[in-house]
Amino acid sequence: MGQALKKEGVHEIVSVADLNLWYGSHQALRSISLSAMTGEVLALIGPSGCGKSSFLRTLNRMNDLIPIVRVEGRVIVMGQDIYHDGVELAELRRRVGLVFQRSNPFPKSIYDNIAYGPRIHGERRRSELDGIVEQSLRRADLWEEVKDRLSASALGLSGGQQQRLCIARALAVRPTILLMDEPASALDPRSTAKIEELIGMLRGEYTIVIVTHNMQQAARVSDRTAFFCDGSLIETGVTSELFTNPRNAQTQDYITGRFG
Amino acid sequence: MTRHLDREIERLKEGVLGLSALVEESVYRAIRAVEECDPALAQLVIDEDTTIDQREVLVEEECLKILALYQPVAIDLRFLVAILKLNSDLERIGDLAGNIASRAKGLAALPRPTEPIDFGPMFAAAKGMLRGALASLVELDTKRALEVIRSDEALDDLNRANYRAIKQLIKDNPNDLDPLLHYLSVSRNLERIGDHCTNIAEDVVYMMEGKIVRHRVDEAW
Repeated sequence: MGQALKKEGVHEIVSVADLNLWYGSHQALRSISLSAMTGEVLALIGPSGCGKSSFLRTLNRMNDLIPIVRVEGRVIVMGQDIYHDGVELAELRRRVGLVFQRSNPFPKSIYDNIAYGPRIHGERRRSELDGIVEQSLRRADLWEEVKDRLSASALGLSGGQQQRLCIARALAVRPTILLMDEPASALDPRSTAKIEELIGMLRGEYTIVIVTHNMQQAARVSDRTAFFCDGSLIETGVTSELFTNPRNAQTQDYITGRFG
Repeated sequence: MTRHLDREIERLKEGVLGLSALVEESVYRAIRAVEECDPALAQLVIDEDTTIDQREVLVEEECLKILALYQPVAIDLRFLVAILKLNSDLERIGDLAGNIASRAKGLAALPRPTEPIDFGPMFAAAKGMLRGALASLVELDTKRALEVIRSDEALDDLNRANYRAIKQLIKDNPNDLDPLLHYLSVSRNLERIGDHCTNIAEDVVYMMEGKIVRHRVDEAW
C-alpha cells in the first residue's frame, strides 16, 4: 500500500461516481467510479482509446472545450461537485492543474511562463512574483538549470526542460491536484527519469493523477493503478499488487502484453 | 499473437524440465545405490552432479536475461521468480543425491551392520515428494503442490525415528559405528531433499496463486 494512504488525515480528495461520457453518440466512459486520496499518485493505464485521458480531463472539466461532449455522473473534487452549475472554472483549473503530453510553453521568457498564471489570478507585485517563479522552478527541479537566464525564451529549453517548465507553470498557481497526461511520452529516457523523480518529490504534497502508456513508469511512480479498457474501469489496486498479482484476467493480459 | 517473451519462457521451461529430469534420475540412482550396495552406480551419480551444476547456471542465466530484456510483470514475473528460486533447490537436491551416493560407496566398502536400517518407507516418502513437487511444476498444479508441502512432516518423522533407532543401534553394536553413521547421513540427506521439494512446491503455489505460503501453509489454505 502506498505510504501516503496510510498516513493520518488522508482522505478522498477526488471522488467520481457512476461517470458516463459521450463524444456525440460514442460512449467513451461507462459508469466509472474511482477515487483519489490526498497526496497519492494514481496511475491510469489502458490501451489507446480506452477512456483514460477522457477520464483525466473530466477532473478539471477540460472536456468542456469540446462541444460534442456530454457528461453524466458525479465528480466531487475537494468536496465540491464540479459539474454543478455555479462552479468557477478558472478557480477549478487553478486547483486542479493539467500537464500535457507535449510540452507547450508560451512563446515568452522562462520567467513570464511561470508568472503568467499568478498574474491572471491578480498577482502584480514583482517581489511576490519573483518568489513564486523561484519556488515553482525549484519544485520542478529546474531552478539550477535556468536561474541565470530567466529572461531567455522558454522555447530555447530542451524538451525535458520544457516539460519541467510546464510542471513549474502548473505549480505556480498553487494547485492541490496535478493531472498529467503522458507527461514523459515524448521525452528521452534521461528526461523521463527526471520527470519520474519529480513526481516522487511532489508526491505527498500534491495529489497526482497520471495517464501513462508506459507500464513500467506506472509501476515506478504510482501508489495505486487503475486499468481502463473500452471505456470501463476494469481493476483498481495498489500498484505493487496489481503488477505482481492482478485479480482480473483482462488486466493480466494487458500488463503482460498479451493484448493492447 | 505469440510474444517474444512467450518463446523465451517456453525455452526456459524446457531447460528447467530437463534439469528436473536429471535431478530426479540422480536421486533415484542414489537411492538404488544404497539399496543395492552398488558403488559403480553411486559413482555415476557423483559424476553426473557436474552436469546438473552446469544446467543450473544455464537456467539462471536465461532467467536473468529475460528479466533484463523484458521486465516481465504479473504471471510472467511470478513464473521467472519461482523458476529462479526452484532452480537452486533442484541443484541442491542434486548435491544431496551426491551425498547419498558417497554414503552408498562408504557402505559398500564396509561389512553389513548386524541390524541394518529399513530405509524402505523413507525412500518411498522422499521419492513421492520429489515426484509430486516436479509434477506440480510440470502441470502447474497448486493442489498437488500443497499435498507435497503437507507431506514433509511425515518425512521429518521418519528421519527422527531413524535417528533414535540408529542411536540405539550404536549403543547396542558399537562395532557397527561406521556403517551406522553412513545410515544416519543418508537419513538426514533424504530429509533435506524433502525440504527442498517443499520449497519447490511453495514456489509453484506462488507462481500460480501469487501467494507466499512459506511458513504459513495452514493459515493460508
